[in-house]
Amino acid sequence: MDLTTKYLGLTLPHPVVPSASQPLSKDLASLKRLEDNGAAAVILHSLFEEQIRLEADSLEHFLEQGSQSFAEALTYFPAPESYMHGPEEYLELVRQAKEVLSIPVIGSLNGISTGGWTEYARKIEQAGADAIELNIYYVATNPKLSSADVEQVYVDVLREVKSRVKIPVSVKMGPYVTALVHFAKRLEAAGADGLSLFNRFYQPDIDIEALEVAHELHLSTSAEMLLPLRWMAILRPHLTISLGATTGVHTPADALKLLMAGADVVHLCAAILKNGAPRIKEVRDGIAAWLTSHEYDSLNQARGSMSQASCPEPGAFERANYMKVVHSYRRR
Amino acid sequence: MTRRMVTIDGNEAAAYVAHHVNEVIAIYPITPSSGMGEMSDEWSAMGQKNIFGTVPLVAEMQSEAGAAGAVHGALQTGALTTTFTASQGLLLMIPNMFKIAGELTPAVFHVTARTVATHALSIFGDHSDVMAVRSTGFGLFASGSVQEVMDGALITQAASLAARLPFVHFFDGFRTSHEVNKLEQLTEDQMRAMMDPEAIRAHRSRAMTPDRPVLRGSAQNPDVFFQARETVNSFYAAAPEKVEAAMDRFAELTGRRYRLFDYHGAPDADRVVVLMGSAWETAHETVDHLLAHGEKVGIVKVRLYRPFSVKHFLSTLPKSARKIAVLDRTKEPGAAGEPLYKDVVSALAEAHLAGTSPFANLPMVVGGRYGLSCKEFTPAMVKAVFDNLKAAAPKNHFTVGIHDDVSMTSLDFDSEFTTEPKDVVRAVFFGLGADGTVGANKNSIKIIGEETDNYAQGYFVYDSKKAGAVTVSHLRFGPRPIRSTYLIRQANFVACHQWVFLEKYDMLRYAAPGAVFLVNTPYGRDEVWDRLPRAVQEQIIAKKLRFYAIDAYDVAKQTGMGSRVNTIMQTCFFAISGVLPRDEAIAKIKYSIEKSYSDKGAEVVRKNFEAVDHTLAHLHEIKVPEKATSRIEMPPTVSPEAPEFVRNFTAEIIAGRGDDLPVSAFPVDGTFPTGTTQWEKRSIALEIPVWDEKTCTQCGKCGIVCPHAAIRLKIYDAALREKAPPTFKSTAFKSKEFPGLAFTVQTAPEDCTGCGLCIEVCPAKNKAAPKLKAINMAPLLPLRVPERANYAFFLDLPEFDRTKLNISTVKYSQLLQPLFEYSGACAGCGETPYVKLLSQLFGDRAIVANATGCSSIYGGNLPTTPWAKNAEGRGPAWSNSLFEDNAEFGFGFRLTIDKLTEMARELVERLSGRIGGELATALLGAVMVDEKGLWEQRQRVVLLREKLAKDPSPEAKDLLSLADYLVKKSVWIVGGDGWAYDIGYGGLDHVMAMGRDVNMLVLDTEVYSNTGGQMSKATPLGAVAKFAAGGKPTAKKDLGLMAMSYGNVYVAKVALGAKDAQTVKAFLEAESFPGPSLIIAYSHCIAHGINMRNGLSEQKKAVECGLWPLFRYDPRRAAEGKNPLQLDSGALTMKVRDYAYGQTRWKMLTQYKPEDAERLMQAAQADAETRRKFYERLAGGDGAGETAEAGE
Repeated sequence: MDLTTKYLGLTLPHPVVPSASQPLSKDLASLKRLEDNGAAAVILHSLFEEQIRLEADSLEHFLEQGSQSFAEALTYFPAPESYMHGPEEYLELVRQAKEVLSIPVIGSLNGISTGGWTEYARKIEQAGADAIELNIYYVATNPKLSSADVEQVYVDVLREVKSRVKIPVSVKMGPYVTALVHFAKRLEAAGADGLSLFNRFYQPDIDIEALEVAHELHLSTSAEMLLPLRWMAILRPHLTISLGATTGVHTPADALKLLMAGADVVHLCAAILKNGAPRIKEVRDGIAAWLTSHEYDSLNQARGSMSQASCPEPGAFERANYMKVVHSYRRR
Repeated sequence: MTRRMVTIDGNEAAAYVAHHVNEVIAIYPITPSSGMGEMSDEWSAMGQKNIFGTVPLVAEMQSEAGAAGAVHGALQTGALTTTFTASQGLLLMIPNMFKIAGELTPAVFHVTARTVATHALSIFGDHSDVMAVRSTGFGLFASGSVQEVMDGALITQAASLAARLPFVHFFDGFRTSHEVNKLEQLTEDQMRAMMDPEAIRAHRSRAMTPDRPVLRGSAQNPDVFFQARETVNSFYAAAPEKVEAAMDRFAELTGRRYRLFDYHGAPDADRVVVLMGSAWETAHETVDHLLAHGEKVGIVKVRLYRPFSVKHFLSTLPKSARKIAVLDRTKEPGAAGEPLYKDVVSALAEAHLAGTSPFANLPMVVGGRYGLSCKEFTPAMVKAVFDNLKAAAPKNHFTVGIHDDVSMTSLDFDSEFTTEPKDVVRAVFFGLGADGTVGANKNSIKIIGEETDNYAQGYFVYDSKKAGAVTVSHLRFGPRPIRSTYLIRQANFVACHQWVFLEKYDMLRYAAPGAVFLVNTPYGRDEVWDRLPRAVQEQIIAKKLRFYAIDAYDVAKQTGMGSRVNTIMQTCFFAISGVLPRDEAIAKIKYSIEKSYSDKGAEVVRKNFEAVDHTLAHLHEIKVPEKATSRIEMPPTVSPEAPEFVRNFTAEIIAGRGDDLPVSAFPVDGTFPTGTTQWEKRSIALEIPVWDEKTCTQCGKCGIVCPHAAIRLKIYDAALREKAPPTFKSTAFKSKEFPGLAFTVQTAPEDCTGCGLCIEVCPAKNKAAPKLKAINMAPLLPLRVPERANYAFFLDLPEFDRTKLNISTVKYSQLLQPLFEYSGACAGCGETPYVKLLSQLFGDRAIVANATGCSSIYGGNLPTTPWAKNAEGRGPAWSNSLFEDNAEFGFGFRLTIDKLTEMARELVERLSGRIGGELATALLGAVMVDEKGLWEQRQRVVLLREKLAKDPSPEAKDLLSLADYLVKKSVWIVGGDGWAYDIGYGGLDHVMAMGRDVNMLVLDTEVYSNTGGQMSKATPLGAVAKFAAGGKPTAKKDLGLMAMSYGNVYVAKVALGAKDAQTVKAFLEAESFPGPSLIIAYSHCIAHGINMRNGLSEQKKAVECGLWPLFRYDPRRAAEGKNPLQLDSGALTMKVRDYAYGQTRWKMLTQYKPEDAERLMQAAQADAETRRKFYERLAGGDGAGETAEAGE
């Protein structure tokens, strides 16, 4: 079965691409494991704006803390010739990944402001990355910022990153946008080469015994796939750029649904964390088997077939679907 | 050949040559020489090669004695070998120095000459250490400036090989070792040209090797030793010429000409001063000034002091000299004169008697002492010495630089006399250690020294306090080499980088008329003048100063620089001083920012650039009104309620006027009253903890962790609250045993450093707003006055009867008065909470032997001492002997106490008839295992004293003098890991083996903290430290396990942040154990590269990952048939990496040697797991699983 797909200008043998996640891509060995288990491409974990700012600050701070103050201890650490802090380690990982892997390597940047840190987009490109996924993770807590202001932040960051690189840039974004289609079109106009739907925001919990905010990571389930599914179907007819689907992709069926809704690739994360890297192969092979058994010519034939433009019931992705669900519930 | 000018300090100048011309370097850190070893280690770690094309081997030893032994061995086996040391370190090398010289071995020891401890330790410079090695047979060669240090290092190396004699190449500690100056750097070719390959091969050919076996180091008898000892004479006789030849060769290569004795002055001088070291630079400058004023004076600089060449000396003195003053930077009590003086006298007298003197009449020679412990030696003092020689009968055996109103030795000098040239820019900067002032100034010197034709000099004066440390930078820039080896007294630029200093220091006494005064102020340009204290306004007007102000705090905040105002103030200096054109200066500042920070990330560079760019818009010249209008007065240094000694003596030192104290003001034997930090209200915290009595659970944790005893807990009769100040807080004490009492947690607002440890440890949360705890930080300013009153009221409340408290719990232990308070330790120090706990539990009967290190500095550095007394006048008696002998020193305490106690008991028995059989029996049978028992015995001693007072017999008088020994004394031997694991381990081990009742507390920071974080054997695997730049390759020495192997030693490993209850228990068990006890206490440290506020959680993590197992090994349990070892920490719940990579000491290795870091981290993990299993096996049986016993 021909599973070939195009994503961010890259031709991939199939659409299964592990998503940017620290445990999946923490080092070269992990990346190699993904490739060996059939990943069509890898997206490195994100280099955070805060990490770029903080690591530099904290290294300088702690090396100099207490120095030049007391006659007997003018410094507290040896001063090696040069340091490679967090971002450099990341760039080194990109370099090594390009050297060792034969599949495309996509770098990932995570930030919310314009400024010096976007320079790392260029450095990631120089390190050899084939594309960049720009993860804009913005929780709008400031009451003075309107939705228009927030959207402008996204556009500005994207423009700045685009201005620094020649390789394709996709935007990984959250679903909490008032007018998603309009906004997606704005991002496309601002130069996005693709969108990745959706960033599954980390949601803090509360520990009522300790009276603390709990930092527990809950892995996604297939049920969560329905949100990107709807918007994939809605967006596909309006956009010409690449679309990647992420969140809740666990089975070949999950993947097929998203692909039919219009995704060019599907990103696996929780599925791999739960079941190991071989799950990549299983999903890939499952897609192929299903397409074969259902006598599709190729993945291309299926892709976008159930988008809002092509599906038999376009209204299902809109208000009409709500009414239907409510009614069906009542009938039970 | 192009001249390469560099701007570096004396240590770097010496190390640069030493590292280039040696093959083996054995070192041990000691101030002020540590920098040489550290640089050598870093250079070798980076693979920098010497002139022979190989990377020198650098090894850190366990002591200077060890370093000297290793040097001796390396030399005997043929390597070119060096070491760096000072003071006590040099003394420890003496035995090997005799051997090395006796065996005619070429080597150079580079020594930053430093005061040897006598009545007190001092880290500063004089020649008492060098003079103590006069008899070893080493050549002694002095350098007086940073350039001379570099040159002298090479000349001595060459001469040593040629002469086959070892040399001490010395230069003045701090004054030269730490002075930054511009100099011409030697090239590798020049160094190579000085090092005679034949002489090196000859050295190697004398090496011990089984291929050409010889025996060296024999034992000899009276028949032959003497003759054999005389064989070396010819080498000593020839050595001066060899040194001279090396100097000649050096002059050919570099154009810089040195002689064994250099004369500078009038060719027909009648008065001559002979001296050594950095002082000759000041004397040289002064002579130039005096010559210009028509005086016939000169100086002789003694470069080669040993072997002392009488011939060369006499030929150097001008024939016209009639009167000679010889200055010694040392004191030899009881001698007929100081050493250099006596050498000069005997040289002249011998020649005179032998008829070989160039002088028709024997010149008059007088000797004097100056500059001990870096005491300032100024042109005014040089002039005083010359003026003294004008007298018909000049004062002999004088002192200069102090006011000796006891022995009347001192010369008067005119403190207004100055020789500072007009074309030299002189700038003085007052900053905080934390604001980066010194770093920025070092950078300015480099910019000016290396980027312009100007010469530059920088010297920095630091604080003895580590928290809130004040720095004073003295910078000079001028068109000629700068010889002024003294502090600036007439600055044309004075900068105050912290507004609060205006009320504390008289900074403008440094300002010359017409100078610039720059101040960093939180106030706007229109307000700043009115906010100045009156005295400051008056000086600005009187001296016609140009006054500039900038709100650098605001610029720093805007540009993300936090509290570091360094770059901003540096930019102001360049903008105002005009040393460089403004744009050029800014470009150069930016260039150097890029150079220093680019490897730390573009973000750091960007922030600094932004700070520079924002500065000038915020810098304003303030119009100075004609009259002072301020009503703000400088507050008194100490409270008028302070004791007389504190008001008259201590306060003078605090105020920066210690130099003016006369000899008569001082105790004769270095004995000082304790409890004086309470008078030094430093108010260095920006925020202080505020207690919320409603949320508080009264657990006592805030008290036990407070490093500065600035949080106090007390229970008291609720009725006493009636007279409390209005904002004093109090609540009911939660206790079944003591119903109805009131309880207060009170902050000492002016003693708190604002570290925040108490906030982090507080377990109680405000239910309505859990971000608040039972203790929360709030800005000091509005609280200072009311809390000062509250604290005074709190202190006046009576201490609760300690005999009634169950002090084995954290809560009750914290109701005991700390007798260690407000030390100068770092904010958030991990050591002092243990020291304070010791003082609370046992302070009223404790005697403390303290090894040199952080704890001896914050414990015993003048002006004030944190060791305190209770209301009865009892408290810890404290002393520091040395670094290496602390266990033995404390053991000596025990021997005395045991003996005197025994004598007291013998006398009680003997006098029982007279003092009453019942009392005698009670005194002898007293059980003093708890506070009650101790109290009762003290009451008996009171009775005994009353009875004895009426008895005139000699025996009664004896017993009266010994009666206090009938009450148990607690001997504590306290020190850091450098002492316990390394330099003092031999003694510690021996004292454990001796079985007597001493308590040893090891404050384990896992590095030499006080000297700047050098590796010790306590440093954990993989951690980076100085001398372990590549991460420590071996595991931490398990001192506890080694101690346990004796079987009769109580051993505990504790970490307050992990289990405070276990800590308290361990202290009590250790003290009650009637034999040797060892407590190893995890002490987080600024040298770990952590946020000190999180120090306690770091301790917890260290325990959870297995790097710091908690245990108590109590030999008493064995007698009860139990396993003596109780493991107090549970199974490992964390990976080592999750602990370690939160600390810079481990993290940084991943940033330059990631593969090594990973390898070491895996080894550390494996080691933690293996060790855990091993301890579990040891604890076995009933030892395991008893963790709850010491739980919270």
